[in-house]
Amino acid sequence: MQDLISLFVKSIFVDNMVFAYFLGMCSYLAVSKNIKTAIGLGTAVIFVLGVTLPVNYLLNKYVLSEGALVWLNPDYAGIDLSFLSFIIFIAVIASITQLVEMVVEKFSPGLYNSLGIFLPLIAVNCAILGGSLFMQERAYETLAQATVFGLGSGLGWFLAIVALAAIREKLSYSNVPAPLRGLGLTFIVVGLMGIAFMSFMGIKL
Amino acid sequence: MDKKIFIEPLFKNNPVSVLVLGICSALAVTVKLEPALVMSLSVTIVLGFSEAIISLIRKTIPNRIRIIVQLVIVAMLVILVDQILKAFAYEVSKQLSVFVGLIITNCIIMGRIEAFALANKPLPSFVDGIANGLGYGIILVVVAFFRELFGSGTLLGYTVVPASWYIKNGGFYANNGLFILPPMALILVGMFIWVQRSIQKELIEKQ
Repeated sequence: MQDLISLFVKSIFVDNMVFAYFLGMCSYLAVSKNIKTAIGLGTAVIFVLGVTLPVNYLLNKYVLSEGALVWLNPDYAGIDLSFLSFIIFIAVIASITQLVEMVVEKFSPGLYNSLGIFLPLIAVNCAILGGSLFMQERAYETLAQATVFGLGSGLGWFLAIVALAAIREKLSYSNVPAPLRGLGLTFIVVGLMGIAFMSFMGIKL
Repeated sequence: MDKKIFIEPLFKNNPVSVLVLGICSALAVTVKLEPALVMSLSVTIVLGFSEAIISLIRKTIPNRIRIIVQLVIVAMLVILVDQILKAFAYEVSKQLSVFVGLIITNCIIMGRIEAFALANKPLPSFVDGIANGLGYGIILVVVAFFRELFGSGTLLGYTVVPASWYIKNGGFYANNGLFILPPMALILVGMFIWVQRSIQKELIEKQ
């Protein structure tokens, strides 16, 4: 239990998807103009990560990794399907994103309209596929670990986008050199936030 | 064929600094020049061929399932590149870790397929893909150049800063550790955008 809590905290702050690995940057920069849409997208990302990671973990453990098909037939022990993992992971992610899109459209049409193209683009949000690939690379041992890692990284992404949206709302009132206005300044602000997040680096939990 | 297709993505309509596509991987692999070069090459190849293939079959893809079709074709090309890198450049492929796989979700690829390949013939699409890959590569190389030079004092692994300059050898110079850290990549791209928009005034955003 204790190692799950420390994994959760670690995946939110120390291994933050945005500041430590730059994943999910495209939608991060594009949808962070106001807090309300940022919260909507952040929640969708938490949900998609929290669902896809356990599913992909099971697929990886029982279908893809070397010798994983033994439960079907002992003769399959030598089969290694891990080269297929990109395709399988992305297919799972795309179908779950489709599901989220339908749910949001039904229950919150306002949010659906304000997210626009970025809702289907969660499918190609690198934070999601990155989560699955990190899970595979770091070889998490249990289903609980994979789920906690997914929820933690999602929450980390959520916090990052809400924080950036709040800063950008304030920044729109300030006087910025014209060529730096908008995108350029946003990059620099994200960089400075990243330096602040560096203070979590090296913390052993 | 229109020369603009090839020239514009290199600077004027750069996918990273103007269209804001493909930032994620652009920043994570730029600590050293070598992985940055390998990454740009991989993205250029995947982008060129996926645009050409999608463009060939663009009239037969049903609109509603096109995202899945595109993802499968891109994923196939990425798997090829990944396997080739593992076979012939194992060290670099270790350094790039998951970022080769993440080419699949690189927004440059989906963005250019949606915006260009679905509406154009295969040859222009191929050229568009190569040009956008090179435009992406230019940003990667510029960022990686500064990060490796100031962060480690080397370029492509060769020492550039004379050894006698360093403090431990009685000199005055120390590598700037900040450049190795990830946030510096963002700040460098921010600077690049600043410089670019000072040259191309029409890109400046309205208040």
